[in-house]
Formats: sequence, structure tokens, C-alpha cells
Amino acid sequence: MNKSPVISVRNLSISFGRTTVVHDLNFDIAPGSTLALVGESGSGKSVTSLAIMGLLPERIGRAKGSIALEGRELLTLSEPSMQKVRGGRVSMIFQEPMTSLNPVQRVGDQLAEVIRIHKGLRGAALKEAVLDMLRKVRIPDPEVRMHQYPHTFSGGMRQRVMIAMALACNPALIIADEPTTALDVTVQAQTLALLKDLQRETQTAVLFITHDMGVVAEVADNVLVMRRGREIESGTVHEVFSAPKDAYTRSLIEAAPSLVGKFAETRTPPQPVQGVPVSYAGDAPVLEVNDLTVRFPVRSGFFGRLTGMVHAVEHASFAIGKGETLGLVGESGSGKSTIGKAIINLAPIDSGEVRVSGQRVDYGDPQSLARMRRDVQMIFQDPFGSLDTRQTIGSAIMEPMLVHGLAKRAEAFEKMQWLMERVGLDPARATSLPHEFSGGQRQRICIARALAMSPKLIIADEAVSALDVAIKGQIIDLMIDLQKEFDVSYLFISHDMAAVERICDRVAVMYFGEIVEIGKTEDVIGHPGHDYTRRLLSAIPITHPDQRGKRPLPSVDLTKPRSPIKPLEYRAPPPSWSMASEGHFIRSAS
Amino acid sequence: MTDTTVAPSTPIDRKSSIRAFLGQLNASTWIGVFIVLALVLAAIFAPQLATHSPARQSIMDQLALPGSQFWLGADQFGRDIWTRLLYGARYSLTIGMSAILVALVVGTVIGMIAGYVGGRIDIIFMQVMDVVLAFPSLILGLALVALMGATLTNIIIAIAFTATPAFARIARAGVITQRDREYVQACRAMGFSGPRILFRHIMPAILPEVMVMASLWMATAVRTEASLAFIGLGLAPPTPTWGGMVRDGFDNILSAFHLAIIPSLAILLLVLAFNLIGDGLRDAIDPRLKDAS
Amino acid sequence: MLPFLIKRLGFAALTLFCVLTLVFLIVRILPGDPALVILGDQASPASIAALHKRLGLDQPVLVQYGQFLLQAVQGNLGNSMVTGRPVSEEILAVLPYTMELTIAALILGVLLGVPAGVWAAVKRNRLPDYVLRFISLLGLSLPAFVAAIILLMVFAIQLRWFPVISAGTGETIADRLRQMALPTIALALIMMTYITRVTRSAMLEVLSQDFVRTARAKGASPATVVWKHALGNCLIPITTVVGLYLGILIGNSVLTEIVFSRPGLGKLILTALTQRDYTLLQGMIVVYTLMVVVVNLLTDLTYGILDPRVQYK
Repeated sequence: MNKSPVISVRNLSISFGRTTVVHDLNFDIAPGSTLALVGESGSGKSVTSLAIMGLLPERIGRAKGSIALEGRELLTLSEPSMQKVRGGRVSMIFQEPMTSLNPVQRVGDQLAEVIRIHKGLRGAALKEAVLDMLRKVRIPDPEVRMHQYPHTFSGGMRQRVMIAMALACNPALIIADEPTTALDVTVQAQTLALLKDLQRETQTAVLFITHDMGVVAEVADNVLVMRRGREIESGTVHEVFSAPKDAYTRSLIEAAPSLVGKFAETRTPPQPVQGVPVSYAGDAPVLEVNDLTVRFPVRSGFFGRLTGMVHAVEHASFAIGKGETLGLVGESGSGKSTIGKAIINLAPIDSGEVRVSGQRVDYGDPQSLARMRRDVQMIFQDPFGSLDTRQTIGSAIMEPMLVHGLAKRAEAFEKMQWLMERVGLDPARATSLPHEFSGGQRQRICIARALAMSPKLIIADEAVSALDVAIKGQIIDLMIDLQKEFDVSYLFISHDMAAVERICDRVAVMYFGEIVEIGKTEDVIGHPGHDYTRRLLSAIPITHPDQRGKRPLPSVDLTKPRSPIKPLEYRAPPPSWSMASEGHFIRSAS
Repeated sequence: MTDTTVAPSTPIDRKSSIRAFLGQLNASTWIGVFIVLALVLAAIFAPQLATHSPARQSIMDQLALPGSQFWLGADQFGRDIWTRLLYGARYSLTIGMSAILVALVVGTVIGMIAGYVGGRIDIIFMQVMDVVLAFPSLILGLALVALMGATLTNIIIAIAFTATPAFARIARAGVITQRDREYVQACRAMGFSGPRILFRHIMPAILPEVMVMASLWMATAVRTEASLAFIGLGLAPPTPTWGGMVRDGFDNILSAFHLAIIPSLAILLLVLAFNLIGDGLRDAIDPRLKDAS
Repeated sequence: MLPFLIKRLGFAALTLFCVLTLVFLIVRILPGDPALVILGDQASPASIAALHKRLGLDQPVLVQYGQFLLQAVQGNLGNSMVTGRPVSEEILAVLPYTMELTIAALILGVLLGVPAGVWAAVKRNRLPDYVLRFISLLGLSLPAFVAAIILLMVFAIQLRWFPVISAGTGETIADRLRQMALPTIALALIMMTYITRVTRSAMLEVLSQDFVRTARAKGASPATVVWKHALGNCLIPITTVVGLYLGILIGNSVLTEIVFSRPGLGKLILTALTQRDYTLLQGMIVVYTLMVVVVNLLTDLTYGILDPRVQYK
């Protein structure tokens, strides 16, 4: 390193009250380079960024050691001087684009504020500077958009406004704290690319905080891995990825999806097929979904006049065989969760039919519903939210058995104890409340509760998405083990390709309520046929820095933006399908 | 530390956590509890604690100053203020507590049903509640008592009527928040019946907030009752009510201001005690208001 | 915007209609003949019948109801059973007194309460916070008539700074203000405690939100962060409370008007009650409802100014 570092952190320790959360941290960042600070929740990475900004909670948080920015010590700086540093020399991009902007202030005014504070611009010059920054981050129609409020912006656009705010005063250092974690994967790819471009232009140093090794592989020059407040390993991005020294680092790297990003062109041109293709493993399907459509009414006025329909799921058909796992992937709003909810009667079905073990589910008939509910169970995303905080976990696992009259209290108790052991929990803890368990343990409880009914199918709706990498692996392994033991089928709904790749036999890709591609996991991920699938897959971060630049950037969706809200008289064109290989079907563009 | 983990929510009930919960209550809450308990005991043992009969009049002792015979003095009819204060506590407490109990039960049930069922029932129920809530509760109580007659039952009904919408609102808001939580979805996915979900799972979750509301509204109820009595719409004299005593004292304010001040302080003390309890409970159940990190 | 306004006005009309119906029913259901109330127990049957005819009580109930509604829409609330003067005239005569009192108290309460709440939130769990919280709790627990009596005793009787009786009339503006001062302060104190409490809790919530952190990360000064970014987002809950407690203020004005012997709606409703003047009483309930409806409408409209996310649908 020949240039002197922009920021130099030495022996930084941070404590809250008496607990020390960061121990003895050291790093430098050179101009124009990016240091990735990697770690899971609670590793102390975000606290470190707040310490640099001087934004630790007053009176509780204390930082010791040295943080030197451009040779100036920040820890001893007075508050007024620190205000000049914040936003001027160091700026920050936060994780949550939806809440990080002031909801009652115009976007342009919020951007103008930082420029006014640090550059002292006024009037027309200020307005021009604001417009200039909005153009730089590629906000369309900046003259119009600057007068609008944040709620009219999408998540990706808000994050670009945050980037504009961070870059507006040419800071020496930008701290990006999980800036793309809350974004959809295609938006994440665009945002990262934008950030890189602007950084190259301005030679700003970046401290990039993330838990996602894929993002690290995309953007970092140097890496520092943290765990429980301490440095585990550091080095250049190539060193760390090619020869990780620590087992923990290795596990983080290995958690990345392996097939993704290496797809080849389709081998043979797909052949058109007649009708709607449905396939499954084994002799008879456990679940059949035929032509399922779910629409939510858009009503207005007191008398609820129907003005349109949200087409959440459009003519979806698929099947799952015994002991098989089908993945349902797509971005937020694609309708993948709605399918799961519709099957289990949490969303209204407009048309189409659902068959469980060959029997048609009649959603108007309580008996048929009760039968379906015995056979189909659901696991939700948030293990904190899907358990009643006031119910002991033993009671939570037994309740469905008792409600459905499947067992007497004594039998139910025995089964509960057995299930807890089976999912790796100590049965003695049956009288504990959910808050006494960790996130992974709670997801185990939810799995035990689902298994209590001896279901044929479990719908897992983003069941591992909220978990840290290591825990995620354990839960997936548990699910695979249980599948072998109980011969249960899974409908695995997720946006997390690494998880899908590990657990799913087949995958269906959803886009705006429609299934656009379905087939064996290795076929769909390895030889994607539909444009959207390709766009989705190429947006997923690479797994090794060596792959940088070898993949085309995800093309921006050039077709007109689609709205899921359709007028009442809208009729979807009939889908046509073609087959790429055995069981791999691709929907033709219509 | 980072925002990626979901903050665990605080459990409220179960025996083990009840003790933990009581430990979270601050000193001022306990002061409130102590005051209310003391006043309840004073009301129960009024005959034993009183130094005179509450209705005993004596021309000789009119407007007597506090002293050994009349600890807190005597009013314009020569009645002992200490005695009347003790008996007055009975009415303030009875009216305040039973009115809020009625409002709590009726309001919570209305709010829970409106929130869970939703749709047009919700709109109509809550629109009616909003009108009642927006109406000045004192004016409403005053009109109701005036029209129905100032009996104990009518005063309780009138005050309960003014307080019901507040409970309906908070119960509805609680149910709507809980209704969209994943655990309720999980319950529905497992095929539990509506009433089971509503009363077994959702109700315990919203009860703490309802209790806070009850405590704060008991303060309001006591204040409303006193205000009605002050206006002259309380229980008919010679029944000793605190508001009525202030009214009597106010008529003699130039000659003996302690007649108005002593019952005023009693009202203040009881209302303050309920407010202290309500605030303390709210701080204890609302993790946002506590020092986090 | 316009559809919203029409819808809200529709709701307001519906509310008024319901209250009118309710008032009509209650007054008709009440035991006792209004004619007896007016004429006394010893009235002759002939004079009672004559009065029935004059009051329209000899008509079928539905006709009475229709006439009542029709007249109410035209602003005619009937004549007082006691004085015989139109109810609307009686009310309009005293309405300005109550209005000037409540509006003055509202302004004073907001001017004191908002800064106090902000200060308490910023100095959270430190001395100013504790002091302000205690004061606001005390104010919250103080019945309006007690507050009024204490002010009266200290500042009018003992110190003689202000007149004991606030007739509301005065030669000069200074006189009027002096007469208004104590009742206004008594009401404003209570309003202030409510506003302090809601401002404090809203501020505490907003101060912990992400965009406040963003504002600090921009290098904005603490004053800018608090008064511009945070308070701007607290205005909605504050407005809600102001709207809601304006009702309480109107209710409490009854008590202050009694203590300070001040003319106003409070005194009038008391007169109506003691003299069992039902037409006056029902008229007053209608007027109170009207005030509540207007306040609610104004509150709703204010939301749109304060929060760009509110869409008038």
C-alpha cells in the first residue's frame, strides 16, 4: 500500500455498560478501495460502524483505542467538530431503505440538507447540486422526483437516494451497512454496480458491512471476518476466498450456492408441448395444483365497489411426489408465498383446484378442510413470530393434535416428547416459553409442531431465510433427515438460492404470479431457459472474486414494467409451454 | 446489535414471569398501588375509622376548624369532614371501579369482534364508537345522568358508557396487530377455530394493554364522578361524595377554604394513584419505552 | 381530495342525524309530560292540551320526528320551555364566551405542552424529564374544578391579581383579558399535560427511528434533528390528541365556567338541567355534537397537511 490510508483503526474496543462487544480491532482502508467487514448478527460489525460515525448510544456506549480519519483522531473530537465530519468526510448508507428516509420531507430537501450543511450551497446552486446527484444515481425524472416524498419511491430507488446523500459531499469514506440486504436480488445487483461505478469515479474508500460472502466476492478488495466482537481472519479478498485460514470463514464461503452463476446455454432448443405440463417424482402425487388462480380485489369507497384485481397467482399448475421437495423461487411480490397460503386456505382461491393425495380439497366443506389440514402443515419465516409468546412450547406442539382429536392428552404428551427429541431439543424444556430459545431452536419447535400431525406435505415459507448461515445449514440438514425418516414432501418457498439448491429436487420459478419455468433443480439452475430465470440467476452474487467481470451484468428488464393490478375485464392470454429436457418446462413469452 | 435479528418480545403471564414482571414495576407504581389499597381499606373500615356519624349535623359546630374534636374540621352543617371523607371513598371507589369494569368487558368484546371479523361490521361498530369517544365525556355523562336521574346505577352506567369506546379501540387495534402476526396465521393454518384463536391466543396478548387502559380510565372515571357531583349531578345529599363536599366547600370558600381543599386533595390522591399504576404498567409492558440496547 | 371531503361530510351528516334521532327518542321516552314540567303539577287539563298543541305534542310521533328533523336542518332547535326564546338564540348568545375560552386555552396548552414534551424526551430519564413527568401526571390527575378553585383562591382571593368573577364583559380589552386569564390558565394547564405526555412518548418513538440516525449521519446539528426531523414526524399523534382532547377541553370548560361564574355553554347547560328545560338541553347536545364533528373534520384535514403519506380516499 503506497497511499496513506483514509482511515486507520487501532486497538478499537467498544463496550456497552460493562459488556465489551468489540475487542481490539485493527484495520486500514486506502483511498478508492473497499474493505468488507463480514460477520453474523451480534458479531459487532454494525457497532464498529456506529463508533466511527460517533453515533454510539449516548451514555451507554464507549469506544476505546484509536480511529484516525485522514490522520485526525475521531474518538476525542468534540461533538460540533464531529458534526462536520459526519456526512462531510464520512457518510453512511443504512440497511433499511424503507425507514432510513424522513417520511414527511421531500426527497430533494433531504438531499439538499446534507449539501447545505457541508458545502454551504444555497438557492439555484443547491438545486442544481441536488439534481446532479439524483442524475448520478440514475433516478429517472429527477426534476419531478425531487419534489416527491419517500413513500412514492421503491426500495431500490430509496437506496439510490441514500447513496446520493452519502456521496453528495465527496466524503473520504463511505460506510455501507448491509446496504442491499433488504433488496431483491436483481435490485441488489444494480445497486452494487452503481456503488462500484461511483466509487471508481470518486476514489472514495468504502467500509462495506455484510453477512453475505457473495456480496463480498463482488465488491471487496480486502476482507475482515468478525465473530463475537473479535477479528477471526483478514486479508485480501483473493487470499480469503482461495485459502481461508479459519474454519468459520470456510463455512461462510461454502454456504454460497454452488451451481448458481455457472449456467450454460440450453443444450437443445426447447420443443413446444401441448397443454400445461405437470410432473412429479414417484407413482402418485401428494399434492396437485391445477390452474390455480388467486386474485385480491381492489376496492374503493365505503360500499366497496370493485375497481380491479391484484393478480397474485395466475393459472399455476404443479405437483409434488411422495418424499419430494419442490422449490418455489421468485422475488418479492412474485406470488410464491400466496400459493402456499392458498393451498392451506389462508388466501382465497379464485379458480383452479388443489388435490391432496388424489382427493380434491373442497374449501367450503369443513370436513374436507380438516382432512387437508391434517395432511398439510406449514412452517413460517419468522420463528419468533410464528409461536405464541405466551404458550409453552410443549403445549404449542400438542395443541394441534388435541384440537383435531388425533390423540388423547397422554398420547399427545408422549408424542410431543418424542418429537422434541427427534428435532434435537431436550424434552425437559417442554415447559419453557419460546423466548427462552434461539432462532434456530424455535424453527425446530415449529418443525416439531408441523410433524405432530404426521402430515404428508409441509409448506416451508421462507423457513430458513431469517437464520444466520451456520444455523440455516443445520435446519436444512434436519429437514432433509426428517424427510427421509417420515417420507414427507416439502413445498419449499424461498428467495435464497443457496438453500433451494441444497434441499430441492425440483424448482419452479415465479414471476408476476406466473410460473415461468419448472424442472429439476440442476436443470433449471444449470440451464435456465426463460429470460427471467436467467436475469434472476445472473443477479445472484458470485461465489469467488475470480468470477468478477466474467458474468454479464443482469440486464435491466427492458419490457414495460408490469403491474399485478389488472382491470376487471383483463383476461390473461393462455400460456404455451415448451420442454427443454425431461421434466424441464419453460413458459414461452406471450 | 444489527437489525437482522428479530427482538424477542417480552412474555407477560405464566407464574414464573409474573414475578419477573412485578420486578419491572417502578417505585411510583408501587406508591400508586399502596395509595389505592389504603383507600380501599379506609372505605371498607369507614365505620371503625370514623369519629362521628356521617350524617350528624350540629349547628354549634358549623365550619369548625380542624382540631381534636374534628380532625379535619366540620362543614357548614357541622358534619365531620374526616368521617365524610371516609364514607365518600366508598362511592368514589365503587363508581370508578365498577364503571370501568363494565366498560372493559363490553368495550373489549366489541373491539375484539370488530377487529377480528373486519369488514362492514368493523366500520359500523367503530364509527359508532368514534362518535361516542369524540364526544366530551363530561358532557355526555352529564346529559345521561341528567336524563336518567342521579342514582348509583345510573352514574355507573353513564360513566361506563363514556369509557367503553376507549376499550373497544384499544382491543380492536391490538387484535388487528396480532391478527397479521405469523403465529395467528400458524393457528389458522393448523385449523384452529376463530373463537379459540381469538380468546386463547390473541386475548392474552392484548390483555396487558387493556389493563393499562383500565387503570388510566379508572382515574378518569373517578374524576368524572367527582365533576358530576361538583356540578350537582352526583348522588343526592346527604350522601357524602367527595365532589359534593368540594361543592359545599366552594359555597363557603371565602370563610373556610379548607372545606373545598381537603376533599379536592382526596380526589387528587386517588386519581393520581390510578394514573401512577397505569403509567407504571405501561412502562413495564412497552419495551420501547424502556432503556434498550 | 374532493371525494374525501364529500365522504367525510357524509359521515358528519350521518353522525348528526344519529345524534338528533337519539336526542329525540330520549326526550320522548323520558317519564313525565313536558307540559307538566312547564306549567306545574296544578295545571288544568285545558291549558295542558293547549300547550300540547302549541308544542306539537298532539301530533303522531313520526310527524313530530319529521318536523323536529326539518327544523333542526334549518337551524331551528325549537323554543326554550322556560324562557320561550328560541334555543338557537340562547346558545348563540353564550357561544362566543366558551369559544374564546377554549381556543385561548388550546393555544396556550400547545405553546407550553409541545416544547415541554420535546424537552422531556430529549432529557429522557434525567432531572428535567422526571420533573416534567411528575408535573404532567399531577395535571392529568387534577380535576378541572379543583385546578380552577386553587387558581381562584390563590390569585383572585389571596393575591387579588385577578377578579373573582369573570363576567366575560369588560370595558377594555385589558379588562377582558384579565377576566379571561384565570379560567384560561386553568383549562390550559390540563390541555398542556395531555400534550406534554403525548409529545414526549411520540418523540421517544421517533427519536429511535432509522431516519433520525440518517439525519445525524448527515451531520445535522442536534437541534435540527430534534426540531425539524423528529418533531415533524410527531405532529400527527399530537394533532390526534389535540383533536381528541378538544372535546375534554369543551367538557372541562363547563366546570371552569361554574367556578369563575363565567357565562358560556357550561352555565347554560347547567341552567337547562336544573330547570328541566328539555328543548334547550336537546339543542345544546346538538350543538356540542356539531362542534365535535367539526373538530374531527379539521383534525382529519390537518393530517393531510402534516403527512404526505395520507391519501384522501
